[in-house]
Amino acid sequence: MTFINYASREINCKIVYYGPGLCGKTTNIQWIHEQANPEKRGKLVSLATETDRTLFFDFLPLDMGMVKGFKVRFHLYTVPGQVFYDASRKLILRGCDGVIFVADSQRPRLEANIESIANLATNLKDNGFDIRTIPYVLQLNKRDMPTAAPLGEMEDLLRFRNEPMVEAVASRGQGVIETLKACARQILMELQRS
Amino acid sequence: MAKLDLVMFEEEYKQLQEIIGRLQVDSSSKVVFLVDKNGQQIAASGDVRSIDATSLASLTAGNVAATDGLAKLIGEKEFSLLFHEGEKDNLHISIVGKRGILVVIFDQSSSLALVRLRVKKSSRELAEIFEKVEQRAQATADESSSFESPFSEITDEDIDKLFGD
Repeated sequence: MTFINYASREINCKIVYYGPGLCGKTTNIQWIHEQANPEKRGKLVSLATETDRTLFFDFLPLDMGMVKGFKVRFHLYTVPGQVFYDASRKLILRGCDGVIFVADSQRPRLEANIESIANLATNLKDNGFDIRTIPYVLQLNKRDMPTAAPLGEMEDLLRFRNEPMVEAVASRGQGVIETLKACARQILMELQRS
Repeated sequence: MAKLDLVMFEEEYKQLQEIIGRLQVDSSSKVVFLVDKNGQQIAASGDVRSIDATSLASLTAGNVAATDGLAKLIGEKEFSLLFHEGEKDNLHISIVGKRGILVVIFDQSSSLALVRLRVKKSSRELAEIFEKVEQRAQATADESSSFESPFSEITDEDIDKLFGD
């Protein structure tokens, strides 16, 4: 749910990074935080456990610049990937404008990706959204791993609506901005339509 | 139900700002924030420069959402009020209407009782404005609406510019 403030001429959009545990969601937004102009980025808030696994969410506000005289700000959130944090994941999807699904390319994690997409569909539905229509991007992360499954196989397994698909190595920043941009484009085009 | 955009116009914004400004003075508090349930700041009053308002908004919404989850686990619809007591500063968080959260930060120059009293009155006024915003969003969603969005002509070029291309 985009928040448009005509008085202060601001548009605020919420983007949620979703995916199975250890797929690289936090790495994505950490990389964006490191690269962003310090004047344009907010503070990266991480609610993590002692072992640095996301407990509730990571949050990064980003001022992107102007569109049609409005200041555009993206609020990036990640969800905890571990299976038992489902209640948290559901809460974080509340009012989101777009979802980036970060898939782990490693072959032993293929099933976890499929389960996570199914879980995303359920949790979006519970928040009043439809996974088939919400702005959505599929990121295939960890393409540099020796056990990475072939691209075609991952596409067959995980791509379901002709969504933009981006190959990535988030730890090196590869594909990270491209993924965010693909999601931002859909959200802003949605704004145009509504 | 979930996809109605929250659109705030000058007139409503001024009204909200006026109400929370009054609340801040009347309750002798340091800062008052109005936040959307999805984590975005709507309006603020008081010494806001001393606080990272964006993070505060997001964490407050997360806190309220988690508390909502707790309420449902014990069979409550929601907990409408949260209070955090600190050594110096305290945080009073309450739900306004269906989608607003009112955050009051105060120290020993005020009291919980005074804050609660003033918040109650302001909440009613704020809820009325939220109701208006909600109704308009509903009306705008109808095709018969004559509201013309300035975003009807966003181009690929506009989006590329955001990313510095």
